Amino acid sequence: MKNRIAAIAALAIAIPALAGSASGPAPQFTLAARGGRDVSLAQYHGQVVMINFWASWCGPCRQEMPLLESIYKKYNKLGFTLLGVNVEPDSQAADDWLKATPVSFPILYDKESKVSKLYDVAGMPSTVIIDRRGKLRMLHRGYKPGDENEYLDSIRSLIRE
Amino acid sequence: MQLTREARCAHTRCEARLSPFTRTLLALCVIAAPALGGVLPEDRADVLWHSYNGGDITIQGPSVLVRKKVSDNLSLSANYYEDMISSASIDVKLSASPYHEKREQWSGGADYLHGKSTYSAGFITSKEPDYKANTSYFAVSQDMFGDLTTITLGYRRAWDRVFRDIKTPGGVLENDPTFHQRADHRGYSLSLTQILTRNAILGFNYELLTDQGYLANPYRKIRYLSPGQGAGFTLADQVYPNTRTSHSASVQLKYYLPYRAALTGQYRFFRDTWGIRAHTLELDYTHPVSKRWIFDTSLRYYRQGAADFYSDLFPRANYQNFMGRDRELAAFHSYTLGAGASYQFAVPGVRALSRNSFNVRVDHLMVDYSDFRNALLAGSYGPGNEPLYKLNANIFQVFVSIWF
Amino acid sequence: MRVAPVKLMRAVTAALLLAALAGCAAPTPWVKPYEREHFADPIMSFNRDPVSSTYLQHVFETREGARGATGSVGGGCGCN
Repeated sequence: MKNRIAAIAALAIAIPALAGSASGPAPQFTLAARGGRDVSLAQYHGQVVMINFWASWCGPCRQEMPLLESIYKKYNKLGFTLLGVNVEPDSQAADDWLKATPVSFPILYDKESKVSKLYDVAGMPSTVIIDRRGKLRMLHRGYKPGDENEYLDSIRSLIRE
Repeated sequence: MQLTREARCAHTRCEARLSPFTRTLLALCVIAAPALGGVLPEDRADVLWHSYNGGDITIQGPSVLVRKKVSDNLSLSANYYEDMISSASIDVKLSASPYHEKREQWSGGADYLHGKSTYSAGFITSKEPDYKANTSYFAVSQDMFGDLTTITLGYRRAWDRVFRDIKTPGGVLENDPTFHQRADHRGYSLSLTQILTRNAILGFNYELLTDQGYLANPYRKIRYLSPGQGAGFTLADQVYPNTRTSHSASVQLKYYLPYRAALTGQYRFFRDTWGIRAHTLELDYTHPVSKRWIFDTSLRYYRQGAADFYSDLFPRANYQNFMGRDRELAAFHSYTLGAGASYQFAVPGVRALSRNSFNVRVDHLMVDYSDFRNALLAGSYGPGNEPLYKLNANIFQVFVSIWF
Repeated sequence: MRVAPVKLMRAVTAALLLAALAGCAAPTPWVKPYEREHFADPIMSFNRDPVSSTYLQHVFETREGARGATGSVGGGCGCN
């Protein structure tokens, strides 16, 4: 009996952490982007927005980028956009990496970690999906091959809304 | 429904092995680990040539390591290591004869990643003309507290077979068929790494090792005073305890310097049931220059107190139950100065060779014994008054690493 | 010194479970994931060149009385 209680209690603590849900309005921000202009989240109101927090020093982030590029290319014309928020205080390494592995979606520089804190980034990489009305709908931490299917499912259903 | 006798027995055996409590805990360990990653080690191949030269011993050989991820969660590694030994050391000159031999070691390991846990297992087997050793190990590593902390628990078990070579009347070295001993070892380890600040990381290791069986060296001898005979002393067989338990604990602190360099400080404390107490202190500095060069320097200080049953010269035969004269168990201190240079390069056009390094490392070891004397000079100084032994050795490594 | 296997098993599994749970209900990490770039730098690795450090550990272990707590597992040898 004691064992059963212990087991249930343990699982009760464990399970909530497995979930990756998010809710509420997505925090607004404006950041400097690659190419010189400033980009703000408000510009994309009405589109499905995926924000990917990445760094050039993070292996899984680099592994994920080509997949994000193909997702962007496929759904961009259907009202979807992808913002790659680079979290490095010095963007030199990120720019060097992007020269070797170019992507076509906007890259934003969060040098002071303002936006990382706003979105409570707790793992690298972190991906957030925001719906057309500016509400947070999905939060995914980390990346392992196969995770892109989760992104695609979410994007497809949100585009149809 | 009546269970068959076999089924009933099997059912009872299963129940008796693991209590429900333990089974529940084990199951939870697998389920409760959240699905964020730890990271497997990188794929790589290293080819090293090593050379040790000092105290009239030369040991050289290759070491080759290959590590590859075979799926998203599994990384396999294999290593071949060889020592080609030419020894005319002070111990060999005193009680044996100079020899050449080869020691070969093969090892293989697997690392399996599941969520934040990494399970590792492997084996090591080595063979030389008079010693065969087999080791197997298992470890579990867990990331916690937002990946700031990693805890690793390890267990290893080793089985050794000890033989002895003797010189036949014809002058050939042969296995002594009357000498065949065993030594068994068990080890338990606990490690922790902790990110302290943005620039500092702490490591802690504790290891408990126990040995049982034949733990001595079949070639070395003790000596005892015997005035009037030979050089004034007589050699006799060593008698070692057949058990040994040791505890060691170490701490490492690594600090990132703002101009891109790393400083590491390490301390290890050791003590065992043979009465040996040892301290190890090491300081390392790593300094990259431009994108291609990395330079390392290190200073290591080691100090050891002698084992209870160790003596350089016993007063008489059968002085005590256990007697040993292995200088590895003597009181001594040593300094090791090391320096290394690493050159990073890429082979253009070949994708698998986009990150490689060529490395050279030199270490100079200086050992000063406090209670081990050069017994070969007993004729000139008298037994027990010979100068204390000193050892200087040069250790050289050159290796190429490929990350593919 | 031999620890009873059952007690050790319990201690190990309890430690593992604590570790697993701690990964879930954890204190807020004071070094955020996006602040850990230095630890991705190879110069900050505890074991940057495993073949080389394993070899040096082997050299010291065969000439000294102390062993263990170095992070690397070595094989046995009859090294004189």
